[in-house]
Amino acid sequence: MIEFIQLLINGILLGSILALGAVGATMIFGVLRFAHFAHGDLMAIGAYFALTVVTVFNLPVLAALPVAMLLTAGLAVGIDQVVYRRIRRVQPVILLIASFATALVLRSFIQMVWGSSNEVYETGIQLPWRIGPLTLKPDHLLIFVAATVLVIGVHLFLTRTKMGKAMRAMSDNMNLALVTGIPADRVIMWTWAIGGALAAAAGVFLGMDTRLHPVMGWTLLLPIFAATILGGIGRPYGAILGGLVIGCAMELSTLIIPGSYKPAVAFAIMVVTLIFRPQGIIKGSV
Amino acid sequence: MIEIERISRAFGGLQAVREVSFTVAEGSITGLIGPNGAGKSTLFSIVAGALAPDSGRIRLQGEDITGLPTHQLFHKGLVRTFQIPHEFSRMTVRENLMVVPARQAGESLLQSWLQWWKVVREDRAILRQADEVLAFLEISHLRDELAGNLSGGQKKLLDLGRTMMTDARAVLLDEPGAGVNRTLLGKLAEAIERLNRERGYTFCVIEHDMDLIARLCDPVMVMANGELIAQGDMATLRANPEVREAYLGTGISGGTGAA
Repeated sequence: MIEFIQLLINGILLGSILALGAVGATMIFGVLRFAHFAHGDLMAIGAYFALTVVTVFNLPVLAALPVAMLLTAGLAVGIDQVVYRRIRRVQPVILLIASFATALVLRSFIQMVWGSSNEVYETGIQLPWRIGPLTLKPDHLLIFVAATVLVIGVHLFLTRTKMGKAMRAMSDNMNLALVTGIPADRVIMWTWAIGGALAAAAGVFLGMDTRLHPVMGWTLLLPIFAATILGGIGRPYGAILGGLVIGCAMELSTLIIPGSYKPAVAFAIMVVTLIFRPQGIIKGSV
Repeated sequence: MIEIERISRAFGGLQAVREVSFTVAEGSITGLIGPNGAGKSTLFSIVAGALAPDSGRIRLQGEDITGLPTHQLFHKGLVRTFQIPHEFSRMTVRENLMVVPARQAGESLLQSWLQWWKVVREDRAILRQADEVLAFLEISHLRDELAGNLSGGQKKLLDLGRTMMTDARAVLLDEPGAGVNRTLLGKLAEAIERLNRERGYTFCVIEHDMDLIARLCDPVMVMANGELIAQGDMATLRANPEVREAYLGTGISGGTGAA
């Protein structure tokens, strides 16, 4: 039982990181209709941006987070303007392949600038808190709180602001959105900015939880897509739920099977969802 | 207001619209009737910018708008609704309206950060406007319902409401009465009349329900086989043998069975 609760805590932690990545990926899919394969590497580059801020200015990670989010948002908008915008009118599969190429470019860029060895934000051992038999690292609580704040922020953005509503409108009924004069180009820029910022946050949290590595985002891409599909593609709230479910499932699976099979669990959930419930677990609304 | 000049459009060998010219006068509710396949919807799509004409011109208040894309026409105040109502199904009725108004501070990435109070103020104004539209259409009780759950008739009201969120001047309604129950139809007709009277909207309406046309429209244009065959008020048209023939077919009135 204790082990179960401990794994559940870890699962929620992993789940909130996945959720942040999946929300961005699902919004990009909703508005632009293509699976963004460079999303994981966008996460990684966000984590490295934060690393630079941390080492150069000697700031705590949480202070570097907004800077990293801003830089990654700018980068995502820039990539879209330079690479994706030109090929948006052609088949989605071309966009998908272009995003593969972008992923490779981003990863190589990380290796060029920061090197390919493991990095950490803070050296030294953090003393975990002991709550009865359970252990909890202060960083974990920090990640969980920050992720919750961001998710609430996304919710407010989607429901309260004009741009958020326009974004939902575009992913809901593209034709109607165009004839009612919703500014498609603006919405697309906003989607990339938000998606990039959330990816950076996910990357930084992942780096805080484990370590920084050029392929850290790439390895997480599969669980992120699994979360996206489980929640129903193009649905931000579904992606949050999907992220949490996948995260918990991956951690809890270690009770039964070896930990190295964690990605396989995400993959299995994705396959089962695609076979039995391709529209996702959430019915009807949002 | 809208001048349609010698518009033609063919699909392959089929001449859907042939040299049609008429004017929708400012402040009028102009009807457009005709049997199925007469070319009414094609003409609408051309006026609304969804289809390009093979030849001919369209002017909106004197300005040539031929071939302009739909969203540009939208900003010029020319709005259309569809035969099958469209909605943002996963958004609430109120959100469906709030998403429409354009040129807002909240659209710019920079401005929304630097002048967030403007965005908030603008958003409040839009919210009030949406609530007024809902009250006008008497569907305030559906405010927080997801648009996808509305009935066909309620969706048509929502379509009409969407046009009220812009500075619409001219509205093209494609079969507003189709599939709408009697009670709601009365409400819809009333909303159209009030928009025309109180807000000075100009309407052009395609409709098969002759009672609705007779109640709302003057003048009425009649199309058949892609051509404009008559125009005038409904009483005159009912007496016009050419119009009756178009609707009833030569087979019945002539008795020759030529078809």
